[in-house]
Amino acid sequence: MNLIQTFPLAARALWRNKTRSFLTALGVVIGVASVISMVAIGEGAKASVEQTFASMGTNLLIVMSGSTSSGGLMGGFGSMPTLTWDDLKAIQREASAVRAAAPSLNTKSSVLGEEANWTTQVTGTTPEFFGIRSWTFARGNAFSDSDVEGGSKVIVVGQTVVDKLFGPNVDPIGQTIRVRSIPFQVIGVLARKGQSPMGQDYDDTTMIPVTTFQAKIQGGLQKYLSGTIVVSAVSSQLTQRAQGQITDILRDRHSIAKGADDDFSIRNLTEIASAQQQGTQTLTTLLAAIAVVSLLVGGIGIMNIMLVSVTERTREIGVRMAVGAKPWHILAQFLVEAVTLSMLGGFAGVALGTGVALSLSGKLKWSFVVRPDIMVISVAFSVLVGVVFGLYPARKASRLDPIDALRYE
Amino acid sequence: MDLIRLTNIHKTYSLGGEVVRALDGVDLTVGAGEFIAIMGSSGSGKSTLMNILGCLDRPTSGEYFLNDREVSRLGRGELAEVRNELLGFVFQSFNLLSRTSALENVELPLVYAGTPAAERKRRAAEALVRVGLGKRLDHKPSQLSGGQQQRVAIARALVNRPKLILADEPTGNLDSKMSNEIMAVFQALWDEGMTILLVTHEADIARYASRVLVVKDGKIVTDTRQEPMRATSTQSEKAP
Repeated sequence: MNLIQTFPLAARALWRNKTRSFLTALGVVIGVASVISMVAIGEGAKASVEQTFASMGTNLLIVMSGSTSSGGLMGGFGSMPTLTWDDLKAIQREASAVRAAAPSLNTKSSVLGEEANWTTQVTGTTPEFFGIRSWTFARGNAFSDSDVEGGSKVIVVGQTVVDKLFGPNVDPIGQTIRVRSIPFQVIGVLARKGQSPMGQDYDDTTMIPVTTFQAKIQGGLQKYLSGTIVVSAVSSQLTQRAQGQITDILRDRHSIAKGADDDFSIRNLTEIASAQQQGTQTLTTLLAAIAVVSLLVGGIGIMNIMLVSVTERTREIGVRMAVGAKPWHILAQFLVEAVTLSMLGGFAGVALGTGVALSLSGKLKWSFVVRPDIMVISVAFSVLVGVVFGLYPARKASRLDPIDALRYE
Repeated sequence: MDLIRLTNIHKTYSLGGEVVRALDGVDLTVGAGEFIAIMGSSGSGKSTLMNILGCLDRPTSGEYFLNDREVSRLGRGELAEVRNELLGFVFQSFNLLSRTSALENVELPLVYAGTPAAERKRRAAEALVRVGLGKRLDHKPSQLSGGQQQRVAIARALVNRPKLILADEPTGNLDSKMSNEIMAVFQALWDEGMTILLVTHEADIARYASRVLVVKDGKIVTDTRQEPMRATSTQSEKAP
């Protein structure tokens, strides 16, 4: 008799006590199901955070001007323009960790279509901007460098603006929009990004060439860049270095003495994103840890029932020994029973947990991430739980004295 | 060739600091084909003797040759093998696995012998036919009478073709009619050449044996050979 042959034996023994086997396995089922669903939910939360930050831009840094202070009242970053157009050129030229940099001059303005008007964000920028902020186009194209050089009156609009001015499912390419009574020709419609976690509508925006912005909206060219510089680092690992390089360039150009404060500030969105991700990661780990505890409790349930089973079946053990079962046969039988229980519980738990995670993600509108590795690990862990918690009762059974066992009432 | 040879077997227990001599120098030789009844009152040591003969227990000292092999010093695993290959057990309380068919109960020793499933089934069915239960293969113990259950147990003892069948008060839980039937089964097996060793405290049952041993205070005090009384089989179901 070998180990394989003990499986049908164990299955038969478990089948004889259907209700009890089911209830015993239920502990493991719930344990594994909670591991699977908790990890799925945690991973889903992580994925939605990642998605949010990805839609803001890739490896994004935002450089802002310094602050004014009048009568001791600090104005906040951006209130005093300190960044110049030459600063932007220097960043583009000298910072090796920077893939692209673009100005971002912003204002709120009313825009007019043929039949409707709307108030939205107008951003003056260069073609690099679209890559940096991860914008893609649903229709048309971005404006080109020659548009920027020539100060063309062309405009790229977000989907919300299209909906408000032209209505949904209308192709506005070639149409005219008036911004502050200056006609702009629509050359591109941005692909929809949706809302930020704070409820800000990413698609409620328009972009025009920065030169046109300066000339027509701002009123005249200026030395200072009265907005922010958006920067994309070469890779997510290099955002720190890019930040350092930009800091060095700007401090040097602004002749800031050692020890003095920067007259600008740099926001590193990748860092914020990774901090957020760490938060969700911690949550996932915590949830998984709680789930593992419930799996252990399930294991103790198995041990409990196996001990009862050994006591109840003492005579059976005696008979089996009398007709030639060796101690290891008895050990294997009870161990296999425990493992069969926990393994079946594990499989059922994977199914249940996946179902729970699916329905939860449906209700909470969270993305749902199936992790096959977690499923395999959960089943393997529940088998391990079966072995660990089945070993003691099985050993107890195998060490019974056949004479005592046969005489047991 | 002697099937069993016990030489100066002692078995002592310590029970609450007090040493109990369950067996105190037993010598016994049993030839193949004997039908032996071991008698004695409770506490005489007959159960201990039975356990040692059945390789369920080991003597404290002495030699036990079973089928020309010294088995008194074997480990638990080796003893299990000896029981599986050479011995068959019949108990007072039948000791069948409940909720398990007669056939599966009889298969049990072959499961541990590693016999392939098909042959296991065939031999188990054969053994059940031999004890007159050929039509009850799929019955669970709860669907069988006491006498029928004991016959299933005898089939289980037979199925591995043992050299010796040990029966511990096999009729203790049966009425006299059923007892007679069971003894008829044993005598039929004996007629076919099986060696049978039976423990009983009933003189009536001992009369069916060819040799009677009386155990008292851990020793064999009498050893009588006799002409056995024939049990008349009144089986309700004849073997096909």
